[in-house]
Amino acid sequence: MRQKKGKKLIAVILTYLVLVCFSFPFIWMLTASFKTQAQIMSTDNFFIFKPTFNNYTSVFQEYDFLRFVINSFIVAVGSTLLSLLLGLPAAYAIARYHLQKLGMVILIARIIPGITFLIPWFILFSKINLVDTYAALILAHMLVGLPFIVWIMISFFEALPKEIEESGLIDGCSNHQVFMRIILPISGPGVITASLLSFIFSWNNFMFSIILAGDKTKTLPIAVFNFMSYSEINWGALMAAACIITLPVLIISLLAQRYVVSGLASGAVKG
Amino acid sequence: MSFSWLDRNIKWVYTLPAVLFVLIMMVFPIIYTFRISFYEWSMSAVTPPLWVGFDNYWALLTDVRFWKSVSNTFYFTIVALFIEVILGVAIALLFSRKFRGKNAIKTLFMLPMVATPVAMGLVWMLIYEPTIGVANSIIKSLGFKPLLWLASKSEVIPSLILIDVWQWTPLIALIVMAGLTTLPSEPYEAADVDGASAWRKFISITLPLLRPTIIVAAMLRLIDVLKTFDIIYATTQGGPGFASETLNIYGYVLAFQYFKLGMASALLVIFFMIVMGLTLIMIWLRKRVGEGS
Repeated sequence: MRQKKGKKLIAVILTYLVLVCFSFPFIWMLTASFKTQAQIMSTDNFFIFKPTFNNYTSVFQEYDFLRFVINSFIVAVGSTLLSLLLGLPAAYAIARYHLQKLGMVILIARIIPGITFLIPWFILFSKINLVDTYAALILAHMLVGLPFIVWIMISFFEALPKEIEESGLIDGCSNHQVFMRIILPISGPGVITASLLSFIFSWNNFMFSIILAGDKTKTLPIAVFNFMSYSEINWGALMAAACIITLPVLIISLLAQRYVVSGLASGAVKG
Repeated sequence: MSFSWLDRNIKWVYTLPAVLFVLIMMVFPIIYTFRISFYEWSMSAVTPPLWVGFDNYWALLTDVRFWKSVSNTFYFTIVALFIEVILGVAIALLFSRKFRGKNAIKTLFMLPMVATPVAMGLVWMLIYEPTIGVANSIIKSLGFKPLLWLASKSEVIPSLILIDVWQWTPLIALIVMAGLTTLPSEPYEAADVDGASAWRKFISITLPLLRPTIIVAAMLRLIDVLKTFDIIYATTQGGPGFASETLNIYGYVLAFQYFKLGMASALLVIFFMIVMGLTLIMIWLRKRVGEGS
């Protein structure tokens, strides 16, 4: 009996150890964002300090971060909505008519290294003056969002009972009407999961944006990356900027954790 | 019925826009990349691309920096994948017990996956900072000599692997946890009757039953680890020197810093082949193993 209790205690300790290790960078980011440069530079006291909000005000005032927040938001929402528009009917048809081969074509986008597309995109978008426009960024980010949405929605639609569609057809609906009026309204959970993930991955995207965004459309990851190229690293402001970027994503994930977890798991397991 | 045409062709009407989009945004660029890999071009409007045949490929095959990036890619991928799979399975088992606050802990544990990689790369730069970073403070308090982390040629890849492990072990754990919930309980009951130890049950029951799940998880991770870009470019840009330059990074540098589009495309064609080849091997392996069990 005592041995069993000891084992349980070890498991509890290990669980919390894992939690502390994996949360540590977040805790570090958050505390450093409230420190002055001098406080960050001194290594004798990590957790006891007088917090300052200067980093956040300077990020918004000196570096005009709000602009980048808006850019990131436009691109993430735009690419997610368009991916839904293309992805939902496609996923439904693939699930309903067993078009696995077509499904594979779309899913391959997740396997191929994104950088392979980047050179042609850049050349093409330069030629038609699309570099540094929202359109270019949205198109590029859709290649990340669309496969995710199709992937998640195929398994969602496959899991729906067939009777629902059949009853609709008996009532005289066309296939198109069944999808629009019966299937879509009950697909809320799947659509939320897929949209959240598409939004998050667009929000986080760095590789496509760093090439295709310019001064007008710079998104948050690029803005924070450019922060570093200034001569001396202002760590406090950098951490404040890092917090501003990650906080929305973390909050979404915490609030909608059921959806995000199931999306990450199902998006991963299929395939 | 105005819908009758739509209804008869609904398969194609529904899938065509998405497929067309993927073709235009993906297939056409791949063909273009393949073509430009036989040319020399610096994206100049004045000088058109010059046909050079296989020269770009020969140039790469005799380029020390290219081979260094190949070995860096595999070093990073193999070690990161190995640690992530073992740690991920261990954590999944740890989290599969019933305990208080399980859901909250699982959610917090998942956050590294969704946090913006560039931002987190910068946070890790502060943690790794040799003079002011907390990593060295911890190491020193344990009585070890401080390290240079990202600033050292020999320590940079292990340091990057640690970031990747932090970020992506949760994915493996998440998939394995989902797999654990589907395991049947009968074998465990039988083992309990026989008085088997926990370790014995893990080796002879859990692990064989979980094998397909673990392989899928590892496969997915493999494809993504090979393509790691954000955390490497955000923290080191391939440095110091070329010590952490992977294929992905070198291709990017060749294209967008040196504007050697032909050579960069040749590298990307090779990279593309490596990723697709490994994916096919993994799919084949999964089928074999799936049939075997």
